[in-house]
Amino acid sequence: MTESPFKKIRLTGLLLLLLLAFLLDLSTGTVNISLKEILRVFLSPTAADPTWQFIVKSIRLPKACTAVLAGCGLSVGGLQMQTLFRNPLADPSILGVTAGASLGVAAVMLAGGSMASLYAIKDLGLSGSWLIIGAACLGAGGIMLLVLIVARRLRDNVMMLIVGIMIGSMTLALISIWQYFSNPEEVKDYLLWTFGSLGGVTGGQLSILAIVVGIGLVVALFSTKMLDALLLGENYAQSMGLSARKARTVIICSTSLLAGSITAFCGPIGFIGIAVPHIARFLFNTASHRILIPACCLIGTILLLLCDTFAQLPGSQTVLPINIITSIVGSPLVIVLLLRQTTAHPW
Amino acid sequence: MVSTAISLLRARNLQTGYRSGAKRIVVANALPELLLQPGQLICLLGPNGSGKSTLLRTLGGLQPPLGGEIHIEGIDRWTPAALARKISLVLTDRVRGNNLTVDSLVALGRYPWSGWLGGLNAADRASIEWAIRATGIGSLRDRKIHTLSDGQSQKVMLARALAQDTPILMLDEPTAHLDLPSRILLMRLLHLLARETRKAILLSTHELDLALQVADEVWLLQSGGRLLSGAPEDLVLNGSFESTFSEEEVAFDKGSGNFVIYTPQDKPVRVTGDGLTLFWTHRALRRAGFEPVAGASLHIRVEQRVARPIWLLERQGETLEFDSIQKLLQAIT
Repeated sequence: MTESPFKKIRLTGLLLLLLLAFLLDLSTGTVNISLKEILRVFLSPTAADPTWQFIVKSIRLPKACTAVLAGCGLSVGGLQMQTLFRNPLADPSILGVTAGASLGVAAVMLAGGSMASLYAIKDLGLSGSWLIIGAACLGAGGIMLLVLIVARRLRDNVMMLIVGIMIGSMTLALISIWQYFSNPEEVKDYLLWTFGSLGGVTGGQLSILAIVVGIGLVVALFSTKMLDALLLGENYAQSMGLSARKARTVIICSTSLLAGSITAFCGPIGFIGIAVPHIARFLFNTASHRILIPACCLIGTILLLLCDTFAQLPGSQTVLPINIITSIVGSPLVIVLLLRQTTAHPW
Repeated sequence: MVSTAISLLRARNLQTGYRSGAKRIVVANALPELLLQPGQLICLLGPNGSGKSTLLRTLGGLQPPLGGEIHIEGIDRWTPAALARKISLVLTDRVRGNNLTVDSLVALGRYPWSGWLGGLNAADRASIEWAIRATGIGSLRDRKIHTLSDGQSQKVMLARALAQDTPILMLDEPTAHLDLPSRILLMRLLHLLARETRKAILLSTHELDLALQVADEVWLLQSGGRLLSGAPEDLVLNGSFESTFSEEEVAFDKGSGNFVIYTPQDKPVRVTGDGLTLFWTHRALRRAGFEPVAGASLHIRVEQRVARPIWLLERQGETLEFDSIQKLLQAIT
C-alpha cells in the first residue's frame, strides 16, 4: 500500500512514453508526417498544410484516441478478470462478452443475408458501420446480461469462470454454424472484422465509445478496494466484509462494459488484456490495484499505440490488422519479462 | 468468567451444515448453547470430520447456519461489512504469492475500517504496526508472501486478523504445518493476546496437550455432532476426552493428558532403579510389549555410573550389561 517515490518516477516516465507513442502514432501512416509538422497542426493550425491537417485531425487523431480507449479498457478489464478469477491466463474475453459482440456481427453479416451486409459494409465501410456496431453492442449486451444473471446465482468464482468459458464457446459455436452455412464472401467479410481495426471510429461513434469506456473505468476505480481484498481469496474477502456476489457483479459489469464496447467498435483485439496486467505487475512490483489500474491504463495505451504504429508498416501502403500485431509484438515481451523475473513467480 | 450480561457471541439451537440445491447436509445438529466471553481462549477439539471447520465457518459468518441463531453483542442480524468489524478469521486457505508484500497483506486487515479506495489513516497505520509487533514479524514486512515458510505465513495471517481489530478472533487449525516450537509459541501468543487485549479467541486444533495447557475452555465436538464444553481439566476427569477420541489402538491417558498408542503388554518384567532413567526405561519396555510386574523372573536393574547410566539384565542366573536402551531392547526381544 506504500507508494514510494520510485513508483511515482515510473509513472511519470510512462506518461512521457505515452506522449511520445501518441505523437509517433500520429506521424506514421501511408504518408509520414514529421513530429514537427504534427506539433504545428495542433499548436499553430494556420501555418500547417491543410491536407496534413485533415489527415491528422480527421483520421489519425480519432484512431489514436480509439487506441487510447481500447488500450485502457482492455488492460483494466484483463486485470480485473485475473484478480477476480485468481488466474494469470484470464482476460476480458473470458466472460464470453466479446464472443457475444462477435455473434452480433456474425448475425448481421452472415444470417442477415447479402442485403444487410452489402448495405452495411460496401456502403458504410467495414468497421465504421452503425449497423455492425449496433449488432455487436446488442450481442455483447445480451451475453453480459446472461453472465450477470448467472453471476448472482453462483457461489464461487471458479464456477463463474467455467460458466463464462462455456457461454463463450457456445456463442462461438453458434457463429461457426452460421459460417458453415454462409457463402465464402460473407465469411470473408466476417473474418476481416475479426482481425480488428482501430480506424473508422470517428465523430459520434468515438464519443459513444469514450462514454462507455469512461463509465467502465469509473466502475473499475470503485472496484479497487474489492480487488485488493479478493487477492486473499473469497473466504478472506468475505471475512473482511466483502460481499462476494456484489463484488462479482460490480467487476463483471465493469469488464463487460469495457470489453463489450471496445469489441463492438474495433472488433476483437486480443492479447492486450492478458499481457498488460503482467507487465504492470512486473514494472511496479506491487499487488495494490490503486497502482495497478492506472499503470495498466498507461501501459495498455502505450502498447496499443506502438502496435498501431507498427501496423502501418512505415513507408509502405500496407496496413496490417491490429489483432495480429498485438500478439506478435506483445507475446515475446511477456516471455522476456517472465524470464527476467527469475526469483519470483507473479502468481 | 461471565462478567457482562451480554456475551460477545451467543449461539442457540445452532445447526451447522451445507445447502446443496434443495438438499441440506447437516453436519452438527445437537449443539448446546455456545458462548464467547471477552478475554477467553477457547479450543475447539474433535476428530477429523467432526465438523470443526464447519462450526467455525458458521460462527464466523462465512456460511449461514441451517438453523438456530447467532447473536453477536446481542444482535443477530449483521451486514457483512459490520460483521467484519466484530469477527476476524485466520483460515486454512493458502494465500498465494500474487506480488503481495507482508506489509500490504497485513494492511488489508484494515479493509472494514478504511475508505472506499482503501486509503489508510493514522489509526489504521497504528493498528497495523501493533499487529506486526505483537506477532513479531517486523523483519518480514518487505518480503513477498510466496517466499514465506508455513510458520511465517501463519503468523502473517494472524497479524492481518489482529490488524482487523475485532473483539472476536477465530482461527482454523492455526498450528497445522508448524514445527513443535512454533506451535507452542503460537499458542502462547494467543493465550497472552486473550489476556491482554480481552479478545475472545476461538481456535480449532488437534494439539490436545497444548490445548489443555492454554485453553480457558474446551469445546469437544464429537462425530455425531454433539458438543461437550467445559474447563479442560473437567473434561479430562469426567472422561469426555476418552469418549470423544475413542479408537481401538489409541487410549487417552488421564495421568499425562496425552494419547498413548496401545500395544498389547503380555511379557512380564521387573525393573528397578530410580530417576529419569527409570521413567524412560519403563516407556521403552512398554512400547516393546513388556508389562512391569513385581515378581517377574526377567529383572532389569538401572544403575547410575559416574557419567552415564547402565542397564543390567539378570536372566537365568547370568548378568548382562548394556550402555543404551536400544541395545537392551535388542537383547530381550
